[in-house]
Amino acid sequence: MIFEYAPAPESRSVVTLRETYDLFVDGEFRPAEGGEYLTTLNPADETKLAQVAVAGEADVDRAVAAARRAHETVWSRMSGAERGKYLFRVARIIQERSRELAVLESMDNGKPIKETRDVDLPLVAAHFFYYAGWADKLRHAGLGPDPRPLGVAAQVIPWNFPLLMLAWKIAPALATGNTVVLKPAETTPLTALVFAEICQEADLPPGVVNILTGAGETGRALVEHPGTDKVAFTGSTEVGRRIARSVAGTGKRLTLELGGKGANIVYDDAAIDQAVEGIVSGIFFNQGHVCCAGSRLLVQESIAEELLPRLRDRVAKLRLGDPLDKNTDIGAINSAAQLERIRELTDSGAEEGVERWSPPCDLPSTGYWFAPTLLTGVSQAHRVAREEIFGPVLSVLTFRTPEEAVAKANNTPYGLSAGVWTEKGSRMLWTAERLRAGVIWSNTFNKFDPTSPFGGYKESGYGREGGRHGLEAYLG
Amino acid sequence: MSHTATAPEATTNRALRAFLHGLPGVDEVGARARAQDLATRSIKTTAKAQAIDLAISMVDLTTLEGADTPGKVRALCAKAALPDPADRTVPRVGAVCVYPDMVATAVGALRGTGVGVASVATAFPAGRAPLEVKLADTRRAVADGAAEIDMVIDRGAFLSGDYLKVHDEITAVKEACGPAHLKVILETGELVTYDNVRRASHLAIRAGADFIKTSTGKVAPAATPPVVLVMLEAVRDHHAATGARVGVKPAGGIRTTKDAIRQLVLVNEIAGPAWLNPDLFRIGASSLLNDLLMQRTRLTTGTYPGPDYYTQD
Repeated sequence: MIFEYAPAPESRSVVTLRETYDLFVDGEFRPAEGGEYLTTLNPADETKLAQVAVAGEADVDRAVAAARRAHETVWSRMSGAERGKYLFRVARIIQERSRELAVLESMDNGKPIKETRDVDLPLVAAHFFYYAGWADKLRHAGLGPDPRPLGVAAQVIPWNFPLLMLAWKIAPALATGNTVVLKPAETTPLTALVFAEICQEADLPPGVVNILTGAGETGRALVEHPGTDKVAFTGSTEVGRRIARSVAGTGKRLTLELGGKGANIVYDDAAIDQAVEGIVSGIFFNQGHVCCAGSRLLVQESIAEELLPRLRDRVAKLRLGDPLDKNTDIGAINSAAQLERIRELTDSGAEEGVERWSPPCDLPSTGYWFAPTLLTGVSQAHRVAREEIFGPVLSVLTFRTPEEAVAKANNTPYGLSAGVWTEKGSRMLWTAERLRAGVIWSNTFNKFDPTSPFGGYKESGYGREGGRHGLEAYLG
Repeated sequence: MSHTATAPEATTNRALRAFLHGLPGVDEVGARARAQDLATRSIKTTAKAQAIDLAISMVDLTTLEGADTPGKVRALCAKAALPDPADRTVPRVGAVCVYPDMVATAVGALRGTGVGVASVATAFPAGRAPLEVKLADTRRAVADGAAEIDMVIDRGAFLSGDYLKVHDEITAVKEACGPAHLKVILETGELVTYDNVRRASHLAIRAGADFIKTSTGKVAPAATPPVVLVMLEAVRDHHAATGARVGVKPAGGIRTTKDAIRQLVLVNEIAGPAWLNPDLFRIGASSLLNDLLMQRTRLTTGTYPGPDYYTQD
């Protein structure tokens, strides 16, 4: 028989959308000086969700000034224990409003509710709880007897994990006594604006957190503003390079978390069913919109023939559709521009002779969708093996010896993540020692925890976020 | 797949060991995570109604107590044939499962209902008896009319690496079963690791099991979702290698409709829809049936009747 799962949509009623959202500066919402707005869409059906203010240079000036004032008069003078109390309060309110935030995140981003509910939101709250705990223990972080905050941090975050990236940026900055001006991505500003409401609800002193919405120009104005002490950016390598250039020589501290082309290495003695799961979550988690995605599968040639049919069977079971349906595994691509980029790169693979496979999969008629795709017969020279696709597209390569696996895995300008699958402990350690990547997962993939540092090598950026290491980026 | 297709020809302990230890390992954390992830599937409305009826038709309604009486077995049989006397659209259950000395009673009570009798045998639940006793136990149950035999494996032999003994006992019992279907109970709670569950599954399948079953219900943990997941992977892989389908029966600890539906989701997404029928999937349970009936009534009438509206077994 066919066991059809009836639609099980999460209710939207927990979310109250406003027609327009303004900038959050100095503790209150106010319109942008220029009076300009942009529209944010639901990528699953292209309906308009809200109008969001576009911050210009004058707004950046005001926000940076408010953050400076808050830093000097309140936040840097407050004891760590007091700052911790605010962060604990913020974390608790996030938990209380987690359903609303999860639904809103799914609507604005397109990712499935299963992920926002079970991954994004629990991690967001955990980050605030974790760094709240550090706020009064900074002298014991191994960063000197009396580490000092840097001042005002300019933070620019991407659209793939909107609220989680906000947490990664804001929680450590605030715990260490810095104040922030944060710009969420153009296509996913809404949860950051609800976070601004949460700051009000938590009575956070005005100016400690400022949220400026807008597009690339707003981000540029923010990172180039001379009044900040620190720039933290997560996003594309291309923009990261521009930021590094503009920050060079200014004395500002900089952390960059950029792209990746993660290798997922499967040895012939791996626990094959769990390896298949890890390959699937490595590339199809969040539609592959993950900088540390395992987008290159390196499978030992001796088991490729056994593994690939299992992988195809598994991918065929993925459920693509309405992000708010609790049974959806793969949601919508975040924007038309991203969809176009995924199409262009994947098509280039076909032109270069790569074999392309997707399961039978009905794509909704409106919205931005891309079927999960496996590319086989890929070689290191193909674009799909070198460039970050940032979508649900897996390039499959093979290797014969551990040396070849490591050489292929490292042969990329990136170095953010890698996964290794083997039941043999010594081979796991041998491989992990030789991989040049910031995060290496052992018999798992895409696992995150606030206590664990995260960051990259080479063109994947520098600096670490998360864990004790994440404090260092905000202390002088 | 290749590792099951290349099963050894000569059955020696060395050959069995090479085959079983050549199977890919099971990563415990990963297996649990997958089962946990599938437990978040949300089965509502029409899908739930469909799942409840399917689950009812898969129940092996069981009583395996020292205190069982012919009267209790007859009551259970009446319920198996007509689970809800107030609603004749409820399907009958898969089978009634009893001790061997109750088989004749159950067969008499179920005559003409279409519900078969399953009997545990082979010195259930411990399996600690000489082979002749186990075979006599089996033959007697079949002679009394049992259509299905639920045997236990010798866990001591399995854990000490004597796979041949386990294998040969299963083949001997299978022969003693004659036309009756053989379900082989692995007692996964005593095998402890998922690697052992996978090996025991393939060993039982290779020895001729029609069904592999998790537990006796007398040892905890019993039919946990990751254990069922590993067993479903074994029958799926066996089918891919040989084209033959072996059934799976979780038993022990499945008490609520939610538990049962989660089992069906595992079947659907691991072994595939072909296993979603009582010929290939059964649920060994006693109290589960009443919860399925209560949830069914709630779904059809919108009201939630109290437990007193359903017969206690």
